[in-house]
Amino acid sequence: MNIFKISGKNLIRNKLTSILNIILVAFGVGILSVLFLASTQINNKLEKNARDIDLVVGAKGSPLQLILSSIYHIDNPTGNIPAKDAYKLMHNPMVKRAVPLALGDNYKGYRIVGTDTTFSHLYGLAVQQGNFWQKDLEVTIGSAVASESKLKVGDSFFGAHGLTGNGDIHKQHAYLVKGILKPQGNITDNLILTNIGSVYKMHEEKHDENHSHTTTEETKEISDKQITALLIQYKSPMSVIVFPRMVNQSTNMQAASPAMESARLFSLIGVGIDTLKWFAIFIMGVAALSIFISLYNAMKERKYDLAIMRCLGASKFKVFFLVLFEGILVTFIGTCLGLFIGHVALEVIGACQGASQARLTGFTAFPQEIYLIWTGLFIGALASLIPAMQIYKVDIAETLTKDR
Amino acid sequence: MIRISSLVHVYDQGRSLKFPDWEIGDMEQWLLLGASGSGKSTLLNIIAGLLKPGQGEVLINGTDLYALSARERDSFRGKHIGIVFQKPHLIRSLDVLDNLELAAVMAGLPVDHERNLSLLADLGIGELAKNYPDQLSQGQLQRVSVARALVNKPDLLIADEPTSSLDDENAGQVIRMLAIRAKDNGAALLIATHDARVRDHCTKTYLL
Repeated sequence: MNIFKISGKNLIRNKLTSILNIILVAFGVGILSVLFLASTQINNKLEKNARDIDLVVGAKGSPLQLILSSIYHIDNPTGNIPAKDAYKLMHNPMVKRAVPLALGDNYKGYRIVGTDTTFSHLYGLAVQQGNFWQKDLEVTIGSAVASESKLKVGDSFFGAHGLTGNGDIHKQHAYLVKGILKPQGNITDNLILTNIGSVYKMHEEKHDENHSHTTTEETKEISDKQITALLIQYKSPMSVIVFPRMVNQSTNMQAASPAMESARLFSLIGVGIDTLKWFAIFIMGVAALSIFISLYNAMKERKYDLAIMRCLGASKFKVFFLVLFEGILVTFIGTCLGLFIGHVALEVIGACQGASQARLTGFTAFPQEIYLIWTGLFIGALASLIPAMQIYKVDIAETLTKDR
Repeated sequence: MIRISSLVHVYDQGRSLKFPDWEIGDMEQWLLLGASGSGKSTLLNIIAGLLKPGQGEVLINGTDLYALSARERDSFRGKHIGIVFQKPHLIRSLDVLDNLELAAVMAGLPVDHERNLSLLADLGIGELAKNYPDQLSQGQLQRVSVARALVNKPDLLIADEPTSSLDDENAGQVIRMLAIRAKDNGAALLIATHDARVRDHCTKTYLL
């Protein structure tokens, strides 16, 4: 039996009010924690995936789309660029490392990326099982691809045309899994890597066999050898100004900076995040007000209880703390519940997301979430301060002698 | 054990009330008699350390009650004085046993579970220990409040109009119960009342 038990018992006695207050706090905290977790994760993903890439060169179009398709593998590519022009850029003296990408096929939604060894250097890839791809039609798959599609080293599979769905399967050639990558915690976990030749081969064969969707455009694509994009790392940061301008003005390709486009993307999402954030803060405010009102109203009735406690020998401070603690207890429970709801909600959102490349998870925690708990406790203390202060005004003798 | 001397209380309206000096010995049982509004409750509150008098002093076991700080006085009251109010004033969110424990906890004394149970049993409400105040009758509630007043083995048990809402038979019972319990627990008893039915039960009276 102590003050905490008394507070707890009193909350249980006023179930409905307590539950209402707890739910209000939980909602506010829940929304805040979802926002917090989601924006931190998105930010991390954006940063991690684009870390060593200074510039992306691809076909003209939306720069954001180019970044999304070739770094985050979310959107469709803007088009293709002539391999000839791309190789010219790759040998530019300002370029330290250039990674060619040939996109176009997928397996069960996992993109098949035709590239070369520079790709594995860029992302610092290592194999967990087997080897990197060597010859045409050999692939090395990301760890998430392996665990979710159940592909093992030595298995073979058919790629499908397009970036999602498996409508149009290239049945002529099967890819052979040569290796599985170590989990990287970035986009490469969700990719199937092969050489550019394999991607060409897929489409050449189709052409030879007079495949139904072979078009003149595609014939041209193959004969001219095109690639989708080029990921570029500069030799020196000085190139940031010169190089993109050079690409944009003197070639019919476009250069897009991941840093700039990510920032732009984030500022677009940011408006929504801000709105939700203020909404959550508003709910927290309502929760504080509700706790304040319910404690304040309850004081009329509890005056007797508190006077009795005083009479039984409790100091004013002890009784003051009792009321304060009740408010804090409500917000503490609410905050914990809110964090729980937030994490579960985000996990559910993540599970419902189609694109595995940008999946969010609720099974992480950030040290900053401690601040949410502190904020909750602070709000509880603030809301119960004025009701608790009334203790100091209660005249015990008068309260107890009067009829209830 | 208790001595009040030259006590004067000044009401808000400016009226002042002078109380005759009074001395209560160990385990004595007293009636504080007086018509309604004669200042009985005021005097009880002063003796209980709940109301600071305008003048004079209250000595309990040699301690000057109003020379203590507010905090010390609260704690002193908790340890040495048990009070039975006109209304039971139990904490409704706690069961009977917890209400008794509360008295010990609030006074900063260790909880004696066995004693609390035997107190309830002595008062004939042992089986109600786990019930909540809402489930009890008025008579039972009053017994619980008597038990609570005795939890900390007080030197003085004060009862304020304990019979005002009871019929003749119950009134007699309650007074007898208070007298017996006070004696068993080694406490002096002070009953404030305007109820003529109570007079026969005590020999010592203090008239206001």
